[in-house]
Amino acid sequence: MEEELNNKKNSRRQFLKKGLLAGAAAAAGGGMLKAYSETPGSGEKVKVMTTNGEIMEVDKAMLKLPRVSVEESHLGIPGKKFVMVIDLAKCKNARKCVQACQRAHHLPKSQEFMKVYLLQDSEKTSPYWFPKPCFHCDNPLCVSVCPVGATFKRRDGIVLIDNNRCIGCKFCMTGCPYSTRVFAWKHYPEFDEDKEPYSPEASSPGKEGTVSKCDFCPDLIRVGKVPYCVSACPMGVIYFGDVDEDTVTNGTETFQFSELIRDRAGYRYLEVLGTRPCVYYLPPVDRQFPVDRGFNDLDESVKNRYLNTPYAKKHKL
Amino acid sequence: MENNEKTMLKEFAPQIERTGIQGYAWIVFLLAVIGLGLYAFIQQVTKGHVVTGMRDNVVWGIYIVNFIFFMGVSYAGALISGTLHLFKTAWRKPIIRMAEFITVISLLIGPCYILLCIGRLDKLHYLILHGRIQSPITWDVIAISTDIFGCFIFLYLAILRDIANMRDFEELQLPKWRKKLYKILSLGYTGTEEQKKRLERATDIMATMVIAIAIIVYSVLAWIFSVTLQPGWHSTIFGPYFVIAAVYSGSAVLILAMWFFRKVYHLEQYITKKHFVSVGLIMLVLAAFFGYFTFSDYLTKWYGSEKNDELLIQLLFKEFYWPFIISNYIGVLLPLIVVGIAKFRTIPNITLTAVVVIVALWLNRYLIVIPTLQSPYLPIQDSRIEWSIYSSTWVEWSLTAAGIALFCLLFTLASKFIPIVSVGGNTQEAKPEDVLV
Repeated sequence: MEEELNNKKNSRRQFLKKGLLAGAAAAAGGGMLKAYSETPGSGEKVKVMTTNGEIMEVDKAMLKLPRVSVEESHLGIPGKKFVMVIDLAKCKNARKCVQACQRAHHLPKSQEFMKVYLLQDSEKTSPYWFPKPCFHCDNPLCVSVCPVGATFKRRDGIVLIDNNRCIGCKFCMTGCPYSTRVFAWKHYPEFDEDKEPYSPEASSPGKEGTVSKCDFCPDLIRVGKVPYCVSACPMGVIYFGDVDEDTVTNGTETFQFSELIRDRAGYRYLEVLGTRPCVYYLPPVDRQFPVDRGFNDLDESVKNRYLNTPYAKKHKL
Repeated sequence: MENNEKTMLKEFAPQIERTGIQGYAWIVFLLAVIGLGLYAFIQQVTKGHVVTGMRDNVVWGIYIVNFIFFMGVSYAGALISGTLHLFKTAWRKPIIRMAEFITVISLLIGPCYILLCIGRLDKLHYLILHGRIQSPITWDVIAISTDIFGCFIFLYLAILRDIANMRDFEELQLPKWRKKLYKILSLGYTGTEEQKKRLERATDIMATMVIAIAIIVYSVLAWIFSVTLQPGWHSTIFGPYFVIAAVYSGSAVLILAMWFFRKVYHLEQYITKKHFVSVGLIMLVLAAFFGYFTFSDYLTKWYGSEKNDELLIQLLFKEFYWPFIISNYIGVLLPLIVVGIAKFRTIPNITLTAVVVIVALWLNRYLIVIPTLQSPYLPIQDSRIEWSIYSSTWVEWSLTAAGIALFCLLFTLASKFIPIVSVGGNTQEAKPEDVLV
């Protein structure tokens, strides 16, 4: 029985991977993928950690992702509609998603595309850790209010920013009710780490005086991978997939999206605002960790940000 | 030129011909303040917006507050001068020029503050090149540029007669280039019946237009806030509320300008207590409206007590207690008492009230912008204090001071170019008893 289930999961994962690859191949006419697999080795090896926690040595050039042009990044990956599911029962604020995202997007410490909140809906309800990427809303106010079309909604559901176009008026930041967007208040040295040409799909290198945010890592999706936060999470909290294929995966487990949402009572945050997010949450029931575990092994500065919450004050954390 | 106009011009000649030591000191002082603002601006451009107090949560600070404030003052000037003109109010003549100058000068300064909020000034032209009509900012760009255009025409029509008067006033001791300037700018106006008729019609049309445009522009400005979903901003009342607040602040600025020019240019003969009381009464009516709108807005938020509205109101009554009291209690009640009760109606009292109203209205905009940004739907969780609580830096204050200084400077220069009290007027109001009240 268990074996059967595993097989089923595996076949779903295969299916998803193929689906993602097919989408990417169609978008790039196959040429881009070829370029990716044929990238000549630089000879320099780097150690990377797989989603299973194993250390692997790979050629540095293999880590480079092809970047599509600004025009192409407007179109999106045909036939796709991406969705994310975040399982609040499993999050213990390990912050690996935040770190992996910042590293991959060459972000300074003060810019977080993924933020982890400690939320408590009311006094008597239980507190929980709440990882929050961009919700890539289907009715995005940020896109409506942009005066120059620097931020746009693609066919595959992803909302991106073109920082060449952005004039930095910050109207989108006040438009977003989820405090998702970040502004480059100065030129951060981390921006210089990225020597590749800019692409909205990579959200890097950053640019002073412009807005940026979580991008669902379309550059990774194009080569059949899941976003950095998904693969970095040791608990498998974050699932990513395609709504039309009805599949989501966290890299190790694959689920039927509609089933998962039905069985686990999935919901969208602040549904009342009518922004129609593409990120779903599974409520924090049958938790794997007590919420206090999230305070372990935190940097002082990170820990401090939670000390003002009603929960931390009450328990004198 | 009629005799009456000539005597008036003679009286105003000294302030236009000469600038005393005090006058020069004043101009140098203003230039110094503007210089400091320029230095601050250079700091902001070279080091980035990190030199301001704005951060990811409070993305708009006192720049936007100043923007709303100056635009408000401008629309007020337009509304007041336009309305007074259309109703042919007899006592308007000595103060209408000031209202017109307030309109145009603050309209030049206001938009500068929105530019200070823009992260990439090098791409400003994208607003036109890639403009999207769906965005309220594009509405604002269209509305403000229309307003600037309209107000300039209105002002020009209003001063055309006096430019011609200056050209014809031969005793004026002025350098040649200035006399030539008057000649060019007067567009050959000599005051024939036909010209008079045309000028009058054009001014009437522009006065109507300016009133309409001012209401539209200020509503559009309010919609920048109210189209978003933020608690405290997402309000249907914001359009008319902003318009009322704007005219209210403008009436106060007009009173302050009247007091200032009366003092400096010794205009006691022209600007009398009657003018202060009249504009004061306009201010009183607007204070009542403003109080009513403010009350409606906060009452519905407080009574329904939606979670985020409640948090916002808590914040207003805790961290912003004094600004809230000054702007929404004192700022409403003081004009009602001082102008409302006859024995308090003195020129110093009315002027002082106007100053309090100006401060209160500035704080009112501060309380609209900053507390909302400090209480978003997702609670701000940040260990860096400057990231969660806004506190403006010296750069922002210097540029604020520079804006006020520029306003004073342009006003001073304008009063050196043309008499600050309208000399030539329409036929139906040329009676000296109207002018001299």
